[in-house]
Amino acid sequence: MAKTYSAGVKEYRETYWMPDYTPKDTDFLACFKVIPQEGVPREEAAAAVAAESSTGTWTTVWTDLLTDLDYYKGRAYAIEDVPGNDEAFYAFIAYPIDLFEEGSVVNILTSLVGNVFGFKAVRALRLEDVRVPHAYVMTCGGPPNGIQVERDVMNKYGRPLLGCTIKPKLGLSAKNYGRACYEGLRGGLDFTKDDENVNSQPFMRWRQRFDFVMEAIQKAEAETGERKGHYLNVTAPTPEEMYKRAEYAKEIGAPIIMHDYLTGGFTANTGLANWCRDNGMLLHIHRAMHAVLDRNPNHGIHFRVLTKMLRLSGGDHLHSGTVVGKLEGDREATLGWIDLMRDSYVKEDRSRGIMFDQDWGAMPGVMPVASGGIHVWHMPALVSIFGDDSVLQFGGGTLGHPWGNAAGAAANRVAVEACTEARNQGRELEREGKDILTNAAKHSPELAMAMETWKEIKFEFDTVDKLDVQHR
Amino acid sequence: MSDVQDYKSSLSDTSSRKFETFSYLPEMDDKQIRQQVEYIVSKGWNPAIEHSEPENATSNYWYMWKLPMFGETDVDRILAEAEACHKAHPANHVKLIGFDNYAQSKGTEMIVYRGKAV
Repeated sequence: MAKTYSAGVKEYRETYWMPDYTPKDTDFLACFKVIPQEGVPREEAAAAVAAESSTGTWTTVWTDLLTDLDYYKGRAYAIEDVPGNDEAFYAFIAYPIDLFEEGSVVNILTSLVGNVFGFKAVRALRLEDVRVPHAYVMTCGGPPNGIQVERDVMNKYGRPLLGCTIKPKLGLSAKNYGRACYEGLRGGLDFTKDDENVNSQPFMRWRQRFDFVMEAIQKAEAETGERKGHYLNVTAPTPEEMYKRAEYAKEIGAPIIMHDYLTGGFTANTGLANWCRDNGMLLHIHRAMHAVLDRNPNHGIHFRVLTKMLRLSGGDHLHSGTVVGKLEGDREATLGWIDLMRDSYVKEDRSRGIMFDQDWGAMPGVMPVASGGIHVWHMPALVSIFGDDSVLQFGGGTLGHPWGNAAGAAANRVAVEACTEARNQGRELEREGKDILTNAAKHSPELAMAMETWKEIKFEFDTVDKLDVQHR
Repeated sequence: MSDVQDYKSSLSDTSSRKFETFSYLPEMDDKQIRQQVEYIVSKGWNPAIEHSEPENATSNYWYMWKLPMFGETDVDRILAEAEACHKAHPANHVKLIGFDNYAQSKGTEMIVYRGKAV
């Protein structure tokens, strides 16, 4: 029996609140943390979010009856209390897979975090987690190479990789910048890195930077006999310019380039990841702007969602936070999104803020990058937290060594190897870290000096975005 | 500047050549090598030995010493193969590998006998 048209405003929950719905394996699932406006019941707020992020608008329209809206609509299927927060609740919403264009992170985000975030019926809204159905994962390219390919290309096994962001972030000439890279690489780093805002400014255009840095890589490789790279940042004002820089990086033989996926945008990122896959180029991903989206515990997008979106869009490295350094990052939550970067199947785990099982199938993993205010004393904890499949990146912690970049690099390299050896011997790094480093420093004056230089530095501020746990 | 120490490394000084994992630490003694073999076994990886002339060490393909020791968990037998390879090729670098067949990659690798770098 066909429905009849009746104009007017219906409550959202009449259509979009379906507590008896059992999500399908092919559904997209989303968990929103919702703080409704006063007087709006939870079911109505959850249904409104489901409606506004899928098929609904504020009133009934006659064209609704030209389609099977009951199939295409988002369904709010569960509501849960948020531990430790009386105002907010979790709304679980299921969306049929056909609402999303294949292989388009852009389309996923435009739907899930589009209009609904400015919607008046909710005071604040945060996308806590999504479950991307495996059928959809298979439509995305994902990381252009993945962890195992990167290890084979760079010839690095059995330990975390070591990097360094070149400082000062801005102002060096290309030739002086190449010098800073060379010193770090010859001292034992695997990678040096352009900082995020190094693009192509008047004081250092990209073309000269690429040339001088490539010479630094080649000389350091000849000197040490090891493979080296530098993340050449190809983030650019237009896609055309971005590809031009990427092509040149390939032409001169660079093994890895870099992109800022949030400021550059997902269209650019996905295209660049595809280019990297076609051209055998590793892709390092920076996350400038993420804290604008993910730091407020009540409004925005959780970083675990941004992590999943990057893995779908494509990147071989992604900054993950350090747990121990100068930047924000709750330990358990960080461990959760590190799993989401690397593992092929991640189980729901509320203690890490993971709300859904996530099956990545055959999609390659992303290497987490720990960077920001870390130095040699953090090394035991970093090796313990991140394990081998990670890049540990020391900027000031390399360049700030009193004897220069090469010594700073050597100090970190000796430290990471000493910690790796000790871990393999079954020692507990976080408890015995001081002993391990002190012992290693007997054979490395560079490490001894680094330990002396940074012994007093700590970053002990409380985390702003904590996991939701009972506070009473 | 007298308190700044020079970083000794150059193209002409062959001691500047490194060999990836653990090559920034002093050469391991027998006990330390044994511990690393035990680690490879404990991870369930397949041990293997490879060697190379130092002048060809940057190649991806070193010479396999026999075949990887699939399923071998006897630490002494693994160490004996490394030593036999070293005796047969005393001038070469000899590498200990743990193949992780689930990751389809090497779980780890390290030089256990260092030849004379070039």
